[in-house]
Amino acid sequence: MTKIPAVRYLLQAFNLFVFMALIAAFSAGPSVRQLDDGLAVITLAFGHAGQPVRACHVRTPDELAALAPNMRAPMDCPRERSTIKVELEMDGKIILDLTIPPPGAFKDQGVDVYQNVEVPVGRHEFTVRMNDNALVDGYTYTDSYTVDLAPAQLLFIDFNQRIGGFTFN
Amino acid sequence: MKSSANPIKRVYLYLEEWFNLSFGKEWNPLYHLGPLTIFFFWIALISGLYLYIFFNTTVEHAHASLEKIVHGHVLGIGSLMRSLHRYASDAAIVTILLHVFREFSQDRYRGTRWYSWFTGIPTLWMVVLLGITGYWMVWDELALYISMSASHLLDALPVFSDSMARNFLPGNLSDRFSTLLAFLHLLGQPMFLVFMLWFHVKRLTHVEISAPKGLAIGCLIALTALSIYMPALSHAPVNLSKVPTEIHLDWFYLNIFPLLQYWSPGEIWLLVAGVTTFMLFMPWLPKKNEGLPAVVNLEHCNGCGQCVFDCPFDAISLQARTDGAKWKSEVIVHPELCAACGICTGSCPSSTPFRKKKEGGSLKTGIDMPELTLDTFKQQTDEVLGKLTGDNKIVAFGCKHGYDIEAFSAANVGTVHLFCTGMMPASLAEYALKNGADGVVVSGCRSGDCYYRFGNHWMDLRIHGERQPALRPRVDRERIKILGGAEVDGKKLHQQFALFHDSLAQKNTTPSPTTAKEVNHD
Ligand code: HEM
Ligand code: SF4
Ligand code: SF4
Repeated sequence: MTKIPAVRYLLQAFNLFVFMALIAAFSAGPSVRQLDDGLAVITLAFGHAGQPVRACHVRTPDELAALAPNMRAPMDCPRERSTIKVELEMDGKIILDLTIPPPGAFKDQGVDVYQNVEVPVGRHEFTVRMNDNALVDGYTYTDSYTVDLAPAQLLFIDFNQRIGGFTFN
Repeated sequence: MKSSANPIKRVYLYLEEWFNLSFGKEWNPLYHLGPLTIFFFWIALISGLYLYIFFNTTVEHAHASLEKIVHGHVLGIGSLMRSLHRYASDAAIVTILLHVFREFSQDRYRGTRWYSWFTGIPTLWMVVLLGITGYWMVWDELALYISMSASHLLDALPVFSDSMARNFLPGNLSDRFSTLLAFLHLLGQPMFLVFMLWFHVKRLTHVEISAPKGLAIGCLIALTALSIYMPALSHAPVNLSKVPTEIHLDWFYLNIFPLLQYWSPGEIWLLVAGVTTFMLFMPWLPKKNEGLPAVVNLEHCNGCGQCVFDCPFDAISLQARTDGAKWKSEVIVHPELCAACGICTGSCPSSTPFRKKKEGGSLKTGIDMPELTLDTFKQQTDEVLGKLTGDNKIVAFGCKHGYDIEAFSAANVGTVHLFCTGMMPASLAEYALKNGADGVVVSGCRSGDCYYRFGNHWMDLRIHGERQPALRPRVDRERIKILGGAEVDGKKLHQQFALFHDSLAQKNTTPSPTTAKEVNHD
């Protein structure tokens, strides 16, 4: 092997230095800011299926006779679900207003909600209202919560069918 | 023939020259980007195994267990291992991108090489995904940022019916998911990566897996120094009631996520799909016409297998003899794999210009290129030899991928163009010297960097008598000059050419003992 001149080792060290500097520069930065100072985040996120669009109906003997024998179910229930309407209010002002029709070819599937809203820190009263039933005017669920939001705090609003309302985390 | 390189190729060539100056061609990192990447994978594997011994993969304990590794191990070994793991992974991305740049700028991705390019792209994505799951497993604020961003992206796909994003909200975070992540990062993805790499190089022969020792040691020292100077750190542990405000991103792996601040998930997917599709189809934009594949002449093939061994693209294989000749084997060419480099013609022991032709027939060999047969370029050599006038007559054999040898032509210098210098049977140099030439120049790609992977290397070894079919020992090596250079190396090559010319002139005026030991070589 030919002898490697010392200056070549210096060049190699220089090249490796540049390589490492490149890694150092981009392995943990430049940083990205997700949220400006003085803001907190409200996350409204839940999955929920709306109520059927109509009430079920008991078929009369005549109606049953008109159906094919394998289709003669005594109850006639619609597959289609109601559109979900949700509204989030902060200190009396509406900050989120969603109307989400049920997905699916037969409009029979549950709705997924995931929304972030950035709000100023401080004490606020939040009210969430939802209508999940086309047969009812106005809201089927309403919940309120007052909280003192710290900078970068995440307030998570979930809907829990078992509890029968919204939870604030 | 092209006279100047396009700007992208120029940038590459200058970079390569700079590294040749610093590292020499044996250690030039650009000549070993694949193996160098694999070396970084090795560092990541070994440091990763160390971390794995002490790491707790649950959401609750991951961050704390890593902090203990980083701060609690003797001599800072834990911190060193963690930093090496991160920085070697970053280094791999740099070398992969350079690898892609090299293959692209040198036009080594079209034609039969579409296969390596095409399989390279999912391989790169797999590496990136491996990095993402790695950062995710830490369950710090960065991991939460990845969780939220990734789930937004995944939710936009029609694949998952349930929202993923909701899984990362307070109370929903599950250890089922962290177990899945650990499985992916520790076993699933690495194994898949090895499998994909095997695929990636399947159509190449003599694939270099280990980087040159000196280069590897240099990189390891540099990575260690960086790890000590700037140890890799975690973000604060995940806190689900607080939004991570400032994220120190690893841009080598996580560069896609910040786009979410500007674009919708759908638009980002469109970008990713668009870039991927475009890259996958690049080998056909436009398609490269390789030329007609090599053809075997069974009457001149004894099945020695030298061409099988020398073909850089695994396009030739041995099989049992089919023509009843006394030999055991014969070879067949797989046309779809053949890059039409002609290297096999140069490796066939039957390729010799000294052979007697049959009356009115042509010079035949075991394996030949239909578009430039041995017979044709031997005839061209004869014509050139016939036309040379003056002192110090030189025949220059050149390839179409290196510097254009036409620039050397003069009354006493004639040129013969080949597909690759590896196409030249070493005996052709002897033939030229015996038939009127005072010197022979063989000019191909830069040494160490053959367009067809090994052409100039095999040729060099044959001329030095170190590879079959070798140039006979008695041929005066001082009359043979091997040059290597790209389009941008004209000045240097002309200087070397002039020196060779002068040395021939001196030799011709002062007749010296003809037993020369060394080939002229830079
Ligand atoms: C993920 C890490 C990768 C590794 C470790 C790797 C490794 C390698 C190796 C070892 C070779 C053989 C080189 C030789 O011996 O001449 C090779 C060839 C090649 N790679 Fe990769 N590769 C990677 C990614 C990629 C990517 C992302 C692309 C392009 C999109 C790519 C394109 C190619 C091409 C076109 C060749 C053929 C070169 C030739 O035929 O001369 N590779 N790669
Ligand atoms: S021309 Fe090149 S690629 Fe084709 S068979 Fe011969 S050595 Fe292989
Ligand atoms: S090198 Fe020539 S003789 Fe040997 S197997 Fe190939 S074609 Fe046949």
